[in-house]
Amino acid sequence: MTVAAERIDAIVHERARRQSFHQSEQFRGLALISPTFLYAFILLLLPIVVVIAHSFWTQNYLTIDRTLTLANYRTALTDPMYLDHLMRSLGISLAVSIATVVLAYPIAYYISFHGGRHKNLWLFVIMVPFWTSYLLRVMAWKVILGYQGVLNTGLIGLGLISEPSSALLYNTPAVVIALTHAWAAFAILPIFVSLEKVDRSLLEAARDLGDGPVRAFVRVTLPLSMPGVISALLIVMIPTVGDYITPRLVGGTEGVMIANAIQTQFGRAANWPLGAALSVTTMVAVTAVAGLAVLALRALARAMR
Amino acid sequence: MIELRNVTRSYGAFKALDAAQLTIQEGEFFSLLGPSGCGKTTLLRMIAGFDTPTEGSILIDGQDMVGTPANRRPTNMVFQSYAIFPHLNVEQNVAYGLKRLKLSQTEEKRRVDEALAMVELRGLGKRAAHELSGGQRQRVALARALVMRPKVLLLDEPLSALDKKLREQMQVELRHLQKSVGITFVLVTHDQYEALAMSDRIAVMFGGKIAQVDTPQHIYQHPVNRQVADFLGGMNFIRAKIVGEDERAILVETAGFGRVKTDKPGHFRSNGGSATLGIRPERLRVLWDDEQSRHEVAGTVVDRHYFGEVTHLVVEIPGFEAPLSVIETNNFGADDIPVGAPIRLAYDPDALVALAD
Repeated sequence: MTVAAERIDAIVHERARRQSFHQSEQFRGLALISPTFLYAFILLLLPIVVVIAHSFWTQNYLTIDRTLTLANYRTALTDPMYLDHLMRSLGISLAVSIATVVLAYPIAYYISFHGGRHKNLWLFVIMVPFWTSYLLRVMAWKVILGYQGVLNTGLIGLGLISEPSSALLYNTPAVVIALTHAWAAFAILPIFVSLEKVDRSLLEAARDLGDGPVRAFVRVTLPLSMPGVISALLIVMIPTVGDYITPRLVGGTEGVMIANAIQTQFGRAANWPLGAALSVTTMVAVTAVAGLAVLALRALARAMR
Repeated sequence: MIELRNVTRSYGAFKALDAAQLTIQEGEFFSLLGPSGCGKTTLLRMIAGFDTPTEGSILIDGQDMVGTPANRRPTNMVFQSYAIFPHLNVEQNVAYGLKRLKLSQTEEKRRVDEALAMVELRGLGKRAAHELSGGQRQRVALARALVMRPKVLLLDEPLSALDKKLREQMQVELRHLQKSVGITFVLVTHDQYEALAMSDRIAVMFGGKIAQVDTPQHIYQHPVNRQVADFLGGMNFIRAKIVGEDERAILVETAGFGRVKTDKPGHFRSNGGSATLGIRPERLRVLWDDEQSRHEVAGTVVDRHYFGEVTHLVVEIPGFEAPLSVIETNNFGADDIPVGAPIRLAYDPDALVALAD
């Protein structure tokens, strides 16, 4: 048999096999994706479905009434306390993500453009603090900002203030500072990656066409690193909305965030459906704010051309 | 127009460019030709302002440019990678440098359209950078630089990324464009045919030094040394004995060619009474049947390479240390000459050049 005939034979055979084993082909496909599918289903989809389901139910002391109701959402969206917590959380996370990106950008820029042979060393140095526990790092801020803390004693030692200030800790700025520090590396890395991808000859072209270093940065480097800025913003913003430890430790009464309220509902208040409704509301709200932030940044990048 | 005085660029002990002296005339198409690492790109980048000479000065229009940053020089560059801004479309790329000039909207549009027409990209203004082919990117880079109306346009191997057909077409177009806009072009290339086809003058560079500056024809026909001769096209090298010498000419004797008088190149030094003679393969001609010539050598064909329009013959001549290569067009049947056949070659004694080693 010639090679061509052999190939035709093989194709015909294959086609027949495929038709008769149609079911098993499908089955094989499902079998192939099933581990990932199961993983995603059990760990991502299922918990969200459970949370969403709970948000439409009612807590009846120790049992849960499974008749569907929007009452939890009514509470979540009208009770001034929850609204206040939600708004404050969104405000804090927005402030934290903007502060983190603004502080991270120059660091990422320096490493990418002036890091030379030591780029990896620099990145390593940035990662080192993140080997200690998150809790410890937040506690460290307590030590720095506290009444008898490093900052107060330092300022007294310099003679700038006469008695320790209590305005440093247990308020919203303390939460913003602690979170900004905690998430710095997560913002530096994506910005660094996007800056690394900026073709350096583009900057030379900008210089060649008459731009000074600042204009070249604004017109070329910044727009081209915008994907990194956007991902840094999202990476910081989305988890910080739901942060629970930091406001609890350094936020005082003023710095309470929505996650603390949710925790209370699932814990002491024992009202899971309301907690679930608050969670879903927070998810929707943070998605909206993040989406708006992305759109705003994109518009900004376009305007800079 | 451009004057380089003693321009040196060293990196520690290594000299990327060693005391370059060069004057480029206004409106000239000037090429810097050399193998990679010869310093040609370093030189171009110093004219553009992306690199600073360690010593010496660069004058454009009589003004010393050392210390002037790239954005304040009357030069524009076409980068080897084209450096098209990926976040801008064709029009925005071309208008990039104009934005700083604060022209009126209509004037800016007119100049962009004019530049796009010049490089034959009319109607592609709205195309995104990633939708362009290699040739189109090159044209955008060219339009973006030309729209600035620079005194000098610098081109860093602009055609090296294009395929052969397109490259040849662009060579012609670039040449025409340069003549029509009248701007001084400085081209960096490692392709000798590109330099020969496009330039008014060429500077051949080796190891950070400028070896020869001249018109394409003169460089091809009278290379100053073996290195230049070898880099520009093929060359047969023949050892010869110097039998006579005055200021302008030398008389040499070789086994096959007998006694030949040749022009003496500028810095020729006789090397213990011997010299190297060079002759281009296309300056040797096959003598057919009983054809006679006053200047001929006889030998044997030892190899043959067929290239379509021409055939390269390798001919062994008794008394020569290396066989001669001969390029013969195929209209007389050079492609039918069998290997091993005896052959007679005619040569023009004027085509023989004495080369400094």
